[in-house]
Amino acid sequence: MASLSSSPPTGFSVSNFFTVSVLVGTLSTAVRFAVPYLLAALGETIGQRSGVLNLGVDGVMLLGGFGAYYAVLETDSHLFGIAVGLAVGLFMGVVYACVTVFLDAEQGISGIGIFLFGLGFSDLLFQELVGTPLPIRPLPRLDQLSAVGAWFEPLVDIDVIGPLLFDHDLLTYLAFALVPAAWWLLTKTTFGMNIRAVGENPQAADSLGVSVARTRFIAILIGNAMAGLAGAALALQLAIFQHNLTNGIGFIAVALVYFGAWRPRWVMAGALLYGIVTATRIRWQSLGIIPQGASDVAAMAPALITILALVLLARRVRGPAALTRPFSRH
Amino acid sequence: MKTKNLFKLLGALFALILVASACGSSADDLASDAVEEATGGDSEEAMDDEAMADHTGLTVALVAPSASDDVAFTQSMVDSLERLGVEPQVTDGTFVVEEAAAAIRGYAEDGADVVIAHGTQYGGSLAEIAPDFPETSFIWGTATDTQGLSNVFAYNPAADQGGFVNGVIAGSLAGGGSIGVVGPVEAGDAVAYVNGFSAGVESVGGSTSVVYTGSFGDVALATTTAQAHVDNGVQGLTGSSQAMVGAANIATANDLPWFGTQSNTEPWSADLTVASQVYHWDVVLSQMFEMIEAGTLGGEAFELTLENGGLVMEFNDGFALDPEIRAAADEAVAGIIAGDIATN
Repeated sequence: MASLSSSPPTGFSVSNFFTVSVLVGTLSTAVRFAVPYLLAALGETIGQRSGVLNLGVDGVMLLGGFGAYYAVLETDSHLFGIAVGLAVGLFMGVVYACVTVFLDAEQGISGIGIFLFGLGFSDLLFQELVGTPLPIRPLPRLDQLSAVGAWFEPLVDIDVIGPLLFDHDLLTYLAFALVPAAWWLLTKTTFGMNIRAVGENPQAADSLGVSVARTRFIAILIGNAMAGLAGAALALQLAIFQHNLTNGIGFIAVALVYFGAWRPRWVMAGALLYGIVTATRIRWQSLGIIPQGASDVAAMAPALITILALVLLARRVRGPAALTRPFSRH
Repeated sequence: MKTKNLFKLLGALFALILVASACGSSADDLASDAVEEATGGDSEEAMDDEAMADHTGLTVALVAPSASDDVAFTQSMVDSLERLGVEPQVTDGTFVVEEAAAAIRGYAEDGADVVIAHGTQYGGSLAEIAPDFPETSFIWGTATDTQGLSNVFAYNPAADQGGFVNGVIAGSLAGGGSIGVVGPVEAGDAVAYVNGFSAGVESVGGSTSVVYTGSFGDVALATTTAQAHVDNGVQGLTGSSQAMVGAANIATANDLPWFGTQSNTEPWSADLTVASQVYHWDVVLSQMFEMIEAGTLGGEAFELTLENGGLVMEFNDGFALDPEIRAAADEAVAGIIAGDIATN
């Protein structure tokens, strides 16, 4: 039997946590943990800036996650799995856009409908096509990729910086790269200006020749594609799928949009905060710093901190003025 | 064939006990048979099919909190009913109590003879529903009391027993090192398993690091917790609930032995699963079904133990376990059955 060569930390003390290796390990875990939240929240940010609320993010993540998982299970190709996750998200985006933009359905209710559909259909597909949860090959880290692995191997070995910056999989880097990309889209492009315009005052935007329907349609597609990608990231990082794999990540992502004041960089900060609190809680419990009897209280910490942040920020931040309001010229 | 073999062994054991009580067989012979049964048995003896009672006349419904093939809590019940030859109507994935209550009531209204409420959290709902259907038998677990209801049976696994055995094996393999435990919620059979496992590890000089994630179904949390254990340098991993597939993946990725409970978790970690404590609910269900068919619809609580065959240690043939460690595990089983070992 193989066993680890390093000895576990002895004794239960806070000082065990503040060793460099433990701190780096915790932060590294926090970064990976934040990825599905970040991807889903970024997509939802774009959607909400256009005035459309999507409470079905979790359902889209489940469908995208199953699609990615099943694709890898059948083909062993992670790239194909990621593509399937994206495609599923795009398809659900078309569905949601038709319902909310063209049929003017109430966004909250239709979003919940998408969530319930995603929850049930992903489970149905899983039961019919897979059944018992079967592990897949996990998403490889950069130093494990055949094409570029040799370049990153020495980088991973650099003290502190190596594990923190270079020891992640492709989707982690993609998620954080999408933060400046989303910022650039929203603030530096004409299309991004249109998104913000239809989210603040669709009547004014319409009078200036901006197609509100088309702009929102595309924003919803982007948002749902990223939700599908978030589900793919979750399933491929965990290397498994099962019923309700997301366990509410999509809803937390929606909350992170509010936490981040609809700004990509603050959404990223919120996702990282959530990841850091969760990773720290778990690491403290594993080191015995949080006693076993307090585990239930500790489990609430990430959610409590998110709620606290929302309460503190709610007074200072105003969301898109036309959020959840359907647009009609008549 | 394995199911038939198990029932044939049980029948053989029962017959042996009868003979032993009449003729005074040695205690050692009985103990080794019990160990063989509790560890899945090597005997090829077949139980006569006629000895297995036919309960197909009962309409049985099952309401459970997770998927029927979760390789954990719910699957153990589904597998058990299958072993009894019962084809239940199933509503699974009903972790939300209100949904489960609606399903339980619905089955009772539809005339089911037996409704199995496979979740501790359903107890409050049962207290309201059961009195409305005095002709229906409700089987509830995991629980240790029937809430004073005459048409409710209760069942509970002594999960600490198999946990102790797993702990002995894990601690022996780790040679004094630490084993990571990923617990879901600190309640029910999960906490019993964890406590038993920790006691088993400590009995051979090792230690455990226990973290409860606070969720039965959050795979991401279970994965993160297992990774934290690995980063701390543990020598093996275990956990309870359907979310543990994530923890088992971490064990596989890091070449660490994995120990399962509730169902045989080999599908999660084929080469590294050492042993699993498997719940054979059919051992107590068959007794309940017989009582129901005889007219007694409830009022009794049952426990799954290594002794009665409700808990079975299933060892993975694909894992090369040191014979001495295997012997220590068998010794632990025998000691637990004999009452010589405290497991929590």
